[in-house]
Amino acid sequence: MRAPRASRAARYAPAVYPTIMLGLFFVVPFAIMLAVSFAHRVPGGFYEPGFELANYARFVSSFFLGTLGFSLFVAGLTAVICILVGFPVTYFITRMPRRRQVVWMVFLLSVLSLSEVIIGFTWSILLSRTAGLSNLLVWLDLMDKPVSWAPGFAALMCGMCYLGFPYTVLVLFPALSRLDPELPEAARTLGASPLRTFFTVIMPIYRNAIVATVIMIFVFSLGVYLLPQVLGRPQHWTLSVLITDQAIFQSNLPFAAAMAVFLMMVSLALVGVTLLLGRAERRAA
Amino acid sequence: MSALLRRLFMTVMALFLAAPLAVVAGVSFNARKQLLFPPEGFSFLWYEELFTSAAWLVPVRNSLTIALVSALVALSVAVPIAYFLWRWRVFYARALFTLGIAPFILPPVITALGFLIFWATVGLYGRMEAVMVSHGIFFVTLPLVTVSLGLESIEPEVVEAARTMGADGRQVFRTVVVPLVRPYMISGYAFAFVLSLNEYIVAYMVAGFTVETLPIKIFNSLRYGYTPVMASVAVVFVLLAALVFGGIARFGNLPKLLGAWTPER
Repeated sequence: MRAPRASRAARYAPAVYPTIMLGLFFVVPFAIMLAVSFAHRVPGGFYEPGFELANYARFVSSFFLGTLGFSLFVAGLTAVICILVGFPVTYFITRMPRRRQVVWMVFLLSVLSLSEVIIGFTWSILLSRTAGLSNLLVWLDLMDKPVSWAPGFAALMCGMCYLGFPYTVLVLFPALSRLDPELPEAARTLGASPLRTFFTVIMPIYRNAIVATVIMIFVFSLGVYLLPQVLGRPQHWTLSVLITDQAIFQSNLPFAAAMAVFLMMVSLALVGVTLLLGRAERRAA
Repeated sequence: MSALLRRLFMTVMALFLAAPLAVVAGVSFNARKQLLFPPEGFSFLWYEELFTSAAWLVPVRNSLTIALVSALVALSVAVPIAYFLWRWRVFYARALFTLGIAPFILPPVITALGFLIFWATVGLYGRMEAVMVSHGIFFVTLPLVTVSLGLESIEPEVVEAARTMGADGRQVFRTVVVPLVRPYMISGYAFAFVLSLNEYIVAYMVAGFTVETLPIKIFNSLRYGYTPVMASVAVVFVLLAALVFGGIARFGNLPKLLGAWTPER
């Protein structure tokens, strides 16, 4: 398309308003947060400007490092489970007739839009002694008496995967829907079983998409704040819970900011890896 | 055999996704206040309370107001970025687009803390307007992605034809671009609206103690005791989301909106 002559100012006119909005309400808050993470805490009050590494130093204690390790572990496990289950589900959805595809999409989007609060609440009911799944198993004579499964680590993982699963499918969907249907067909014609086709033909094509999705779900799971409180015990609280706790209940904004900045570095590093992988893939293609 | 296995697998997954919803629906129609499943009796009591008692009506109104306005804010920021990138593929447009995607990629708790510190610094902490703007920025990604998809789907010939007939940039925008992209704007708005309605952490950090939204209200009730009204809220939310997304699917091309590649037929 040949662009008609337009002055530089006229060209950039549409960018003015979004630049102001994103700059003022997204970039500036992050800059302030970064500054606050080095600020000096005034007990009982807010903070005063300053430059000290005390907030970061405090973070490097066994308790907070332990929590960080646990958060990374939970997020990693969630991402791996989500992709192991989500990849085949997405694959099957893309092979469905259009009408059923749409039904699945509406269903997944509805689950995706569910608040963390509601997900936590529903799973705590589902795993509870009084109204949970175990009652169903008792009714079916598979168990003697109802038991309580929440709160606990398994309950937390259930909720985390439930939260991450719709995202997994929706992130994988565009890539998988572009798969040339002739490829698996060729493999089948050459005598490969469906499972073998899946693992030797389809999975390798999507190695980078899979890695990118895992990282996205991982970063997303790192930020989950409510589920560890509703479905986990205090020892299952993640870094996000501690950040919120420090910010709201301990009124220690500098320390909360330091933890958030640290968490952001980890996330950005991972997102950077994803982008690099994407670039490598494009170059290879 | 393998088709059977596939069916079984997909059914199990559908059950996993639907199970909590089924339980909540059961609880919400329970006639007794205790948490019981299978439910005893059948009543609309908890739906009635949701829509009549002030304790629930105020959060309902807050959430709806915030979602309606913030989705509009998100759309107003997203449309110019998408148009700018589509019209002039310059570096700065790409940079703005990336910035617009960022809120969705970063862990929400970080963005939420950024908002908290920002609003506290400018002295608007705890105001509903602050939540509206924060949600508007937080969800800018959704309309940005849908509107960009819409712009990409405009055939260059159409724009070229309008230009040949003498339309200037503004006329092309008003008479060609906007009508073609409108469905994508509407779905972007709907996505942002539904997610804002369900958002907890940003709303909580920005105005959790002054402006009670529905998710905050649910979490507070969860903390201080149980009421089946929470279950009825969950049911209403799921139905609302299904209605909105079903509507998008009915009047638009949902698989395409989600990035499916469909060959021309």
